[in-house]
Amino acid sequence: MAVLVIADHDNATLKDNTHKVVTAAQAIGGDVDVLVAGTNTAAIAAEAAKIAGVRKVLTADSAELGQGLAEAFQDLIVGLAPGYDAILTPATSQGKNFSPRVAAKLDVAQISDVIEVVSADTFVRPIYAGNALETVQSSDAKKVLTVRPTAFKAAAEGGSAKLESVSAPAAPAKSHFVDQKIVKSARPDLGAAKIVVSGGRAMGSAEEFQKVIEPLADKLGAAVGASRAAVDAGYAPNDYQVGQTGKVVAPELYIAIGISGAIQHLAGMKDSKVIVAINKDGDAPIFQVADFGLVADYKTAVPELMSALG
Amino acid sequence: MKVLVPVKRVIDYNVKARVKADQTGVDLANVKMSMNPFCEIAVEEAVRLKEKGVASEIVAVSVGPTQAQETLRTALAMGADRAILVQTDQDLEPLAVAKVLKAIVGEESPELVLMGKQAIDGDNNATGQMLAALLDWPQAAFASEVVIEGGKAKVTREVDGGLQTLDVNLPAVVTADLRLNEPRYASLPNIMKAKKKPLDVKELGSLGVDTTAKLKVVKVTEPPKRSAGIKVETAGDLVSKLKTAGVL
Repeated sequence: MAVLVIADHDNATLKDNTHKVVTAAQAIGGDVDVLVAGTNTAAIAAEAAKIAGVRKVLTADSAELGQGLAEAFQDLIVGLAPGYDAILTPATSQGKNFSPRVAAKLDVAQISDVIEVVSADTFVRPIYAGNALETVQSSDAKKVLTVRPTAFKAAAEGGSAKLESVSAPAAPAKSHFVDQKIVKSARPDLGAAKIVVSGGRAMGSAEEFQKVIEPLADKLGAAVGASRAAVDAGYAPNDYQVGQTGKVVAPELYIAIGISGAIQHLAGMKDSKVIVAINKDGDAPIFQVADFGLVADYKTAVPELMSALG
Repeated sequence: MKVLVPVKRVIDYNVKARVKADQTGVDLANVKMSMNPFCEIAVEEAVRLKEKGVASEIVAVSVGPTQAQETLRTALAMGADRAILVQTDQDLEPLAVAKVLKAIVGEESPELVLMGKQAIDGDNNATGQMLAALLDWPQAAFASEVVIEGGKAKVTREVDGGLQTLDVNLPAVVTADLRLNEPRYASLPNIMKAKKKPLDVKELGSLGVDTTAKLKVVKVTEPPKRSAGIKVETAGDLVSKLKTAGVL
C-alpha cells in the first residue's frame, strides 16, 4: 500500500496544507510519498522531507507545472499512478483544477473535499453546501481524493525523507499561460490564519470595509475575510470570500462583523474553534453558531473593541 | 462557433437541504427544484457570446429525469437554440456524466463546452475537468472572464490568492465561476418562444456509455450542530471572555 500526496506550494515555500493532507494519507495507511511539482522544487522538497512519516519526496520541475497547468499535472500524476493505491490532493483551487482530470484518465471516481477517512476505502465529505455529510465507499482499485485541509491536523515535523527527481511531462500543446495577478499581503494567509476577521454587507462600501475590518485584523495579526454579499457588492476582493463558494476556514478565532450568517457563509467557517459575532440584528442567524455574540452596531462596537484590546 | 452548455436540475439554492431520517440521502420530495446556479451563469455566458456574434448556435444538454426538461426549457428561454435531454432516473456520478457528455460532444462537435464549475447538490466540482480529460481537450476552470479570438479562448480564472489568465486552443472546456456574469431572467415572451424550440430526448441506454457507479453511499447524515453560545454586553466583556477562552 502506498499513498501519493500532492504538495501545496507557491513555487517558493511549502504550505501547511501539505502537512494536513499527509495526516489524511496516514489515516489511509501504507507508505506516504509527497510530490512537489512546479519550479524551485529543491527548496520546497527539502521542507517536505522534514514531515514526519514521509517515505520519499518526488520532485518534478517545469515552467508549465510552475504555472499550474492542469494538463501538465494530469500527465505527471497519471504517469506516477501505477506506483500508488491512493492519490491525495489538497482541495485548493489548484487541486480542484487538476485532480478530476487525473481521476478521469485513471477511469476512477474522484472523491471530493474529504473531511474524514473512515477506512482505506470509505470517506466522509460534505454535500449540499455542508448541510449534509455523505459517507461513501469506493470500489475503485485506485482512489483519487481531494482533501479539505482544515479538517485534518498538520503532520508533525522531524522526518528525513529521501528526495527523488522525476522527469516533468512535455509542455501541454493546447494550453498556454498568459499571466497571473496574485494579491500580495503582509497579513497571514486566509486559509492558514489563527484568527480571521470578516466583514459583511453591513459595511456598506469598500472604504468602510477597509476602515473598519482591516485595522482590527492588523491589531490581532489576523487574516481578513468577507461574506459573499460583501464581495458581490464590491466591498472586498474575491479572494477574501469565506463560504461554500469561497474559502473554507477553521481558525482558532473567527470574528464576523456585520455578517448575517447565510447558510453558504456558515458552511465556510462553522468549524472555527471560537466564533464571535457582532451584529446589530439580534435575530441574525450568525448568533446561532456564535460562541460569543455582541448585539451592537459595528460602528460603535469595533472602535470599543479596538480600545479594549489596548 | 457551436457552444454546448450542460445544465443540471438541482434543489433550488434558496431551499435548505434536509437529510432523510433513514440516512439514505437528502429529502427531495416536494422540494423546489431549479437550474444549478453555476449552470445558469454558463448559459448566460453562451448567450452573451451569441449576442456578440461569436457563437452561432447554443445547444443545452442535461442528463437526468424527465423533469429535467423544465431545466432545459429555462435554458431555451434564456437564449439557447435547442436542447437535448439524456434521460435517466439513475443518479449518475460525475465521471459517468462526463462520459455521457463526451458521447454528446461526439455527436454535436461543438468548439466550446461551457458549463458550471460545480453543482450545488453533490458539490463535486469535477465533471468539466473530467470531460476535458476524456476528450484530451484543454480546460480553463473557474472562469471569471472569457474572450474568444483567433481560434482560442482567453480565459481569466479564479485561483488561490488571485487571478490567472490562460490561452486555450479550441475546442476546449470552460467552467464558470460566480463572477463570470449575472444571469438574466427569462422574459415572458421568451418563455413562450422556448416552448416551441426543439428538445430532443434520448434514452441513456441508447448512447452505449458505461455509467456504473463506483461509489456506494453508505449513509447521509446531518452535520454536528453548533450550539449558540452566550451574548456579551460590551466589547470589554468580549475581550475578557476571549482571553479566558485562550484565543487572544
